[in-house]
Amino acid sequence: MNDNGLLGRLAINFLTISLLAFGGANAVVPEMHRQAVDVAHWMSDREFAALFAIAQAAPGPNVMIVTLIGWHVAGLAGAFVATGAMVGPSWVLTYGVYSAWSRFRHLPWLATVQNGLTPVTVGLVFSSAFLIARAADTGLLAIAVTAATGALCYWTRLNPLWAFAAAAVLGGAGLI
Amino acid sequence: MTTTTLSQSPAAPLPAPSLAELFFVFFMISIVAFGGVLPWARRRLVDERHWLSEDEFLNLLALCQFLPGPNIVNLSIAVGARFRGIAGSCAAFLGIFGAPFIIVILLGASYERWGDIESVRGALIGVSAAASGMILAMAAKLALPLLRRRPKEAAPVIALVFLCVALLQYPLIGVLAVFVPLSIAIAWWRRA
Repeated sequence: MNDNGLLGRLAINFLTISLLAFGGANAVVPEMHRQAVDVAHWMSDREFAALFAIAQAAPGPNVMIVTLIGWHVAGLAGAFVATGAMVGPSWVLTYGVYSAWSRFRHLPWLATVQNGLTPVTVGLVFSSAFLIARAADTGLLAIAVTAATGALCYWTRLNPLWAFAAAAVLGGAGLI
Repeated sequence: MTTTTLSQSPAAPLPAPSLAELFFVFFMISIVAFGGVLPWARRRLVDERHWLSEDEFLNLLALCQFLPGPNIVNLSIAVGARFRGIAGSCAAFLGIFGAPFIIVILLGASYERWGDIESVRGALIGVSAAASGMILAMAAKLALPLLRRRPKEAAPVIALVFLCVALLQYPLIGVLAVFVPLSIAIAWWRRA
């Protein structure tokens, strides 16, 4: 596929994903994974997990995984196209809806819609965790690292970066 | 909610922040925010700068979570728009996105170059395992209050979405087309 075809495909992929991203970027990780690994064959399962790890370990919004996928597929142009496609639609929507928001935010159906969306989002975020854990799964110690980080993030207010650093050291030493 | 003893005159109208201030504050949020931006955004916007009251922040956040797209990006756009219109939303967006964009590209380039080295690959597998744990904790934090409040409605939807997306790997668009209307219908039917 030539470069323009590739960029077009990135754009269409992420425009669609952007509009499906109820519940934020982590809810659409499984769909990004399906598109990039299974449908387009842009990268292996492992590479996807590595890019995800980089995006999580870097500062900033967790949507940066999109920039990295774009970069991996088509360099700097890919990074710009993927990011623009992911952010553009929600920009227009947010800007447009924000002005009307103060008028209709007390409508009762809105709370109902939100109550309906939340369980779907939760199911999607669990799916994200599962897919990344499976890609990184190299044995018992990897599962232990996932479980320990999960427990740490759930029960303490410790910065998750400490867990990432410890996991990087264990992995770098070839233990995971 | 707020402790009035500590905070000075609540809701005193402040002059609207300039474009440079919007950029700068969101820039500062982006570079310190590891593993989730929202707590940092709340601290800077509400506690330190007093640009938004606690209530305003929660309302704005509800809107941003309701709309599709990355929540924090939506939040920066809405806050920018509130004070300085289109230019403000651009300034805030560039603030939250600019530095992380450059940083991840540098990291991505390093990965393409050195990713094949055994220890680098191992380290990234380690971080992936840890990152999935972090997402798991986030999912659990979202799920538990929901399961406590509305177990019969929420649990089957969560389980079925997980089955379709994680295990069967169905396309998201189809899964949402089925479960969003279904889940909203259930919420409507069981509304208090």
